Amino acid sequence: MLHLILFLVFAAVCVGGAVNLLLQTHPINSALSLVVVMGALAVEYLLLGAEFVAAVQVIVYAGAIMVLFVFVIMLLNAGEEEHTQGSRVAWLLGLPAMLAITVIICGAVLLHSDDKVSLGALPGPPEKIAQLLFHEFLLPFEVTSILVLIAIMGAVVLAARPESTPEANKEAR
Amino acid sequence: MIPLSYYLVLSAILFSCGVTGFLVKRNIITIFMSIELMLNGVNLSFVAFAVKWQALSGQVFVFFVMVVAAAEAAVGLAIIIALFRTRETLNIDQVNLLKL
Repeated sequence: MLHLILFLVFAAVCVGGAVNLLLQTHPINSALSLVVVMGALAVEYLLLGAEFVAAVQVIVYAGAIMVLFVFVIMLLNAGEEEHTQGSRVAWLLGLPAMLAITVIICGAVLLHSDDKVSLGALPGPPEKIAQLLFHEFLLPFEVTSILVLIAIMGAVVLAARPESTPEANKEAR
Repeated sequence: MIPLSYYLVLSAILFSCGVTGFLVKRNIITIFMSIELMLNGVNLSFVAFAVKWQALSGQVFVFFVMVVAAAEAAVGLAIIIALFRTRETLNIDQVNLLKL
């Protein structure tokens, strides 16, 4: 019973945040509602017993990634969203289609699944995940480190000012 | 005890909110946030299925999804900054040329 109440409360927070993300016109409000969604999702992970994922969710998603978003929004001084003809077509066609797909998925999931989960059902202490990560998934783990390295270099190259390269400086003079 | 399908339904709703935002939003940063929302919905279903099969590899995959999301956010926001520098806009309707 407690599990159901906690699940429903935080699911409502999640969905409310997600809908608020869609309804807000200013990006900073959308970013803050996304933080709410991520925090509530971390609680949902905790309810399933996935402590490691909940901690990483708060640290990486709600912490690092959202700080990056808010930083870019403030750096670019993003203003209110401007609506055009294209966005009205997207509302008219996209929203009913997405509602239909959601209803179909939810119906299929609710009809064909009778599994039950209890509070903290997943025995997943971080030590076991570390064992898995550094033994069976060692190669994918190392590959992701290369991916992150490439992403860092790509971000630096993309965001660097073109004028700051030596050739550009010479041309400017 | 609650049905596992509740978690999957929540995940489906979050994913559809993300897709809807991707379709209807016109600000490139908000579109990017909708993508993060979709990734979050998928992560929830990963964890839910990990519980169903009592397998920890689902959580390891969530970890990998988060790494890819972080890399994607860094590169994507750098692209947005580069775009803003040349076009002076964040509205994707005004970004309709591949040429800078």
